[in-house]
Amino acid sequence: METTAPISIADAKMPLSPWQLFWQRLKRRKIAMAGGAILIFLYTVALFAGFIAPYRYDNLDADYSFHPPVWPRLQGFHLVVPRYEPGNGAYVYRLVPNDTKPLHFFIRGDPYKLFSFIPTDIHLFGTGDKDYPVFLFGADQLGRDVFSRLLYGSQISLSIGLIGIFISFTFGMIVGGISGYFSGGTDTVIMRLCELIMSIPALYLIISLRNAFPADMSSTQIYAMIIVILSFIGWASMARVIRGMALSLREQQFILAARALGQSHLKIIVRHILPNTFSYVIVAATLSVPYYILGEVVLSYLGVGIQEPNASWGIMLTAVQNTTYLQNYPWLFAPGVAIFVTVLAFNFLGDGLRDAADTKAQ
Amino acid sequence: MWSFVLKRLLHMIPLLLGVSLLTFLLMSLAPGNYFTSLQQNPQISPETIKQLEAQFHLDKPWYVQYVFWLKNILSGNFGYSMAYKIPATSLIFQRLWNTFLLSFFALIIAWGVAIPLGIWAAVRKDSWVDRACSLIAFVGLSVPDILLALLALWFAAATGWFPVGGAESSLYDFMTPAQQFWDRVHHLILPAFVLAASDLAGIMRQMRSNLLDTLRAEYVTAARARGLGEGWVVWKHALRNAINPLLTIFGYSLAALLSGAFIVENIMAWPGLGRLTMEAYVAKDSYLVVDCVVMATALLVIGNFIADLLLAWNDPRIRLK
Repeated sequence: METTAPISIADAKMPLSPWQLFWQRLKRRKIAMAGGAILIFLYTVALFAGFIAPYRYDNLDADYSFHPPVWPRLQGFHLVVPRYEPGNGAYVYRLVPNDTKPLHFFIRGDPYKLFSFIPTDIHLFGTGDKDYPVFLFGADQLGRDVFSRLLYGSQISLSIGLIGIFISFTFGMIVGGISGYFSGGTDTVIMRLCELIMSIPALYLIISLRNAFPADMSSTQIYAMIIVILSFIGWASMARVIRGMALSLREQQFILAARALGQSHLKIIVRHILPNTFSYVIVAATLSVPYYILGEVVLSYLGVGIQEPNASWGIMLTAVQNTTYLQNYPWLFAPGVAIFVTVLAFNFLGDGLRDAADTKAQ
Repeated sequence: MWSFVLKRLLHMIPLLLGVSLLTFLLMSLAPGNYFTSLQQNPQISPETIKQLEAQFHLDKPWYVQYVFWLKNILSGNFGYSMAYKIPATSLIFQRLWNTFLLSFFALIIAWGVAIPLGIWAAVRKDSWVDRACSLIAFVGLSVPDILLALLALWFAAATGWFPVGGAESSLYDFMTPAQQFWDRVHHLILPAFVLAASDLAGIMRQMRSNLLDTLRAEYVTAARARGLGEGWVVWKHALRNAINPLLTIFGYSLAALLSGAFIVENIMAWPGLGRLTMEAYVAKDSYLVVDCVVMATALLVIGNFIADLLLAWNDPRIRLK
């Protein structure tokens, strides 16, 4: 008896989930993937900042003010660090020929706390000799290592963006969801409030909010304050967009079904309405992180944010206020480059996410 | 059309009242006032400070202060700047004028460059012009105002072609009117270009994609089918519709422009409203901070109003709403 050809199991493909489809489309966008890779790298480095940085952020030495960048070079099979000595004139340094010190890895140095709770003093690299500093990006006016401060600063600058986005978007989504779902009086009040916040130019609002806090606060308080201020400004635009989406989702049949099943209003908003806005929210969040990072930079640059001797990219940029510094010691602009790279990476990733989330364009 | 204008104008009043109320509330949360720092001064008796506080109504609850302030504002009096020791009205309007000047020239530069470039990129889609424009746009969108302003200062210092910050030379008072004019322009160019740069990239990208969308529309194909020249098709048929969404963006971009002006003013020492806000904040001259925030909001709201009028003028459908 002839048998029919057996059905090949391998050919029957499981349909991909929406998230898998999204991931497939995203993978095809090389620039977005590059942006994502840069961000993963930056955030990993920020996480291990204390370990990778050869010095602490407040390790200063007036003898090394405006010391030029020192890069290790290969001598035989060892990496060695050259020595500079003071030359003629202020802040002029001269390379000392044939005077080097080998670079060591996993060397003991300034004490710090890894992940801010494991006390240790092991650093990725260093010379262990104060006369042979490893200033990869040079030193600032107080003789502090710019590279180390850049890493410590990235902990503050990069985390403020993520935490700020998380708080303001969560709040904005919930408020927007409530506003759109209930509409009527609640909606009117919330939307007028949003309009009020959005009609003040952001930086003017930031300064009046800053005015409401005392001038002298601990560094932790200032950090929290910056997040509160930036979140206060950010939630309004999010709430408005989510409200618009909720208004149209409310009329959909699956919401009607959920209501017919007797689900509570809160559950309908959180479980049925908000998940439908996620693809928009993720794209908007990625594209908004740079504004939060820049918010910290501007506040600290203007002297009302993170204070010395703490390191953040904004406070480091204040050194460049003096144009002669920038002309003579261009390495002081390193935090500016870091800001640019971070913003560019977020824009690359955000653009890719937007294209990948847009199923209609396929 | 007139009912539309009136409606929009009436809409502004509660908004500005709300903004001033909010900033006043925030100000009242701040610990201490301008006279707190004077308490350390042994030459000023506590009675004098009490008297001064009473004179400026600083000893009363914030809502009473607000009523006094509002009464003064409505009669065109911005009060007295405690830090500058001069009436705040002239100070604010002088700074407001400077901010307006800076923002206005930045707008002219941004739109004057972005629109033609956007049209060019759209008409020559996928050519080297288009690629170069989109690259510039992407980089331009990613360079924050603060970095651009710092680089511009460095550029001015390194080349000596432009003054390093400020709005006028130290010899300004001794110049002839013509020289004074050129001195102002000379100081304005660099900050205006810095402020325009970030706006420019966004407008250019938007112009390009809008025009590409309209060029695909059926009425454009119909116009081409009637044998009209390509220039005529783009200019007369596509462009006006493509401009429409841009006028909406014009309203939105004003908020970013004023925030950008705040940064540029503070970095490049341009004596505008943003710089005054920071100076007043540092001096704890709280009324002046409120005045500045309200004036900046008013500038933004009026700008948005003009954007709405432009939109209504360009698109008759809007007027009917």
